[in-house]
Amino acid sequence: MVCTCDVTELRIILIEMTTRVDRRPDPEELLRRVQANERREMRGRLKVFLGYASRVGKSFRMFDEGRRRKERGQDVIVGAVQSKVTTDIQEILSRLEVIPPITARHAGLDYEVIDVPAVFRRHPQVCLIDGLAYDNPPGSRNPQRWQDVRDLLDRGIAIITAVNVQHIQEQQDAVERITGKRSPYSVPEEFLREADEIEVVDAPPDTLRDRICEGTAPDSRGLAELRELALLLAADVVDRQLQEYLDAHGVAARWGAQERILVCLTPRSNAAEMLRSGQRNALRFHGALLAAYVEQAGLRPRDKQKLEEHLDLARELGAEVHSLTGADFVEAILAFAREQRITQLFVGHSLSDQRLWLSRTPIDRLIDAAEDFDVRLFPHRGNE
Amino acid sequence: MKGRLKVYLGYAAGVGKTYRMLEESQEMRQKGVDIVIGYFEPHGRKETIARTEGLEAVPRRILTYAGAQFQEMDTEAVLRRKPAVTIVDEFAHTNVPGSERLKRWQDVQVLLDAGIDVLTTMNVQHLESLNDQVWHATGVRVRETIPDWVVDEADEVVFVDLTPRALRNRLERGVVYAPEKAQRAMENFFTEANLTALREMAMRHTAHEVEEKLHTAPVLPAPDRKERILICLTGRPSSAGLIRRGKRVADYLQADCLAIYVEDGAAGREAVERHLSFARNLRIATHVVESPDVPRTITEFAREQGITQIFMGRSTPRRPWWAHLGETVVQRVVRQARDMQITIVAERRR
Repeated sequence: MVCTCDVTELRIILIEMTTRVDRRPDPEELLRRVQANERREMRGRLKVFLGYASRVGKSFRMFDEGRRRKERGQDVIVGAVQSKVTTDIQEILSRLEVIPPITARHAGLDYEVIDVPAVFRRHPQVCLIDGLAYDNPPGSRNPQRWQDVRDLLDRGIAIITAVNVQHIQEQQDAVERITGKRSPYSVPEEFLREADEIEVVDAPPDTLRDRICEGTAPDSRGLAELRELALLLAADVVDRQLQEYLDAHGVAARWGAQERILVCLTPRSNAAEMLRSGQRNALRFHGALLAAYVEQAGLRPRDKQKLEEHLDLARELGAEVHSLTGADFVEAILAFAREQRITQLFVGHSLSDQRLWLSRTPIDRLIDAAEDFDVRLFPHRGNE
Repeated sequence: MKGRLKVYLGYAAGVGKTYRMLEESQEMRQKGVDIVIGYFEPHGRKETIARTEGLEAVPRRILTYAGAQFQEMDTEAVLRRKPAVTIVDEFAHTNVPGSERLKRWQDVQVLLDAGIDVLTTMNVQHLESLNDQVWHATGVRVRETIPDWVVDEADEVVFVDLTPRALRNRLERGVVYAPEKAQRAMENFFTEANLTALREMAMRHTAHEVEEKLHTAPVLPAPDRKERILICLTGRPSSAGLIRRGKRVADYLQADCLAIYVEDGAAGREAVERHLSFARNLRIATHVVESPDVPRTITEFAREQGITQIFMGRSTPRRPWWAHLGETVVQRVVRQARDMQITIVAERRR
């Protein structure tokens, strides 16, 4: 991708990034941000209604918002409607201008493609697109509908659209585990993350099942799992947006809503227990699991091997492994924990062995300095 | 049979909890369900008030306190009316002194016990276990709280979402509050950062409730034995945060939760009593043991009770240099209970 940002903008971002002491300016991140900012300025706003199953009420919420915006004087049109429409949606549609899709037949299948050139010519303020996950027939402007939507956004048209969690590409393995089915249509998660706003349409599965007439719905357990998946996906998107917002406004990282667990490994720590417990906590809290060790010179080969085993186990259990450098173990851990917004720090009891007369152990120092995270000490078992 | 409880969970005033609750109430009424309003807070919001049309309301009770009149739900009158479903707005509300029960959620318990289904609304910041986290993220200490078990026992928790931008637009248009109040709200509590943080908490909490209701946790590596958490109380104010944190971790890990206070004659009993009763309200089993040796008593109690994890606060935040000569209670517990996990809970700043 070509970056066409101007130099002053870059400089401002550079200053912004270097004034914060705890963040090293990362050129990749910098470029990404400049590009994102630039795109965002010219782009129309994207709002996505996210649901966990069909008939949860996404489409109604989307069209209802379009209706209210039109009543408030915005220029709203409809660019795509799904084939089966409930009567309450039909009622709203009768009050909105619809740009009819282009119908096409390909290999025995019927398609409805957004008439992108017609929407360009009409150039409304807001365009409603129902059913974001949809494949266009071969020979279309774009293979997939979300790409058509991106083109509309790039022309400065605001889009309101609706999508189900089972259509988010990165979530499809999880969805398939729950329902045993995989939708042929997908939208990349990245597109969702770029949305200016994402709104969750939540409803308890029992109310939902009334509305599903076809016998194809997952059972209530499956629906509950899909619901959880959608909520957590939205929470992750929101968490990123919050961090970006705080970064952009020069606010230091804060104790977020997500639990972030850091397991500190040494050759002597009881790594298996610490990591397993860390994994359990991370799963229960839907949090992040990180593992870190501080590089030491002159490790004995036996200790080095032990440490390697611990790190392998950490990776195996899904932890993000970091190697830290620094003359002082405690300082290195503290700096990393703050940068990563850690909420729970796991360390071994063994670190409390190193008490010299009148001096404080690394554990004492960690506890004294830990103002934003809990410190959990783990038993030191056997002679590892 | 106990009534069913359904909670409409939001993250701020104005996201549309009451509106959504009333909308579903209207659908129920049309299906012929015997549904009444036990309590509804109009807040002068026209669209919401319009949604109450045709719904029967049980007259409220008027109480006089400190020379002023207050209106509360008339729980006894609702019981006499005995509908199938009752709408009770603002679950976290504290009743005016002189009411039978301190909190509205306690009134709701009475209705549920009488077999009446209840629909109610609340914001995520009213959950007891999130109190410190909310304060940390927003700078606001929420006073009206609901113990987590009350919400955990709900049959359904529905997340009512609205994006922070849309909510701020509503404030600007004067839909939520009167203009001057809306302006102040937007500068203080309703900032984009605060709203975003609260919203994330609400999403995560709803996901947690959904998962809890699935009963069997998803493929989780089982611990060697059931976790039992012991919270060590002191008379210090930070004990409240310690209790909330310990209980939250215990709830998420589906662990037992106990609390101990070792009476060594040092702390004022009044503060301790407050913490003990707070812990009991959260359904934590509390124990008071008299002993001059605090660390040893904690360690021995923990062994007896098969505790897997001890939760403690830091001894004192800033100690003078000479205090480093002796060991603190935390240091001594750490030394004596080396076979256990010990969590030292941070006193989070803002």
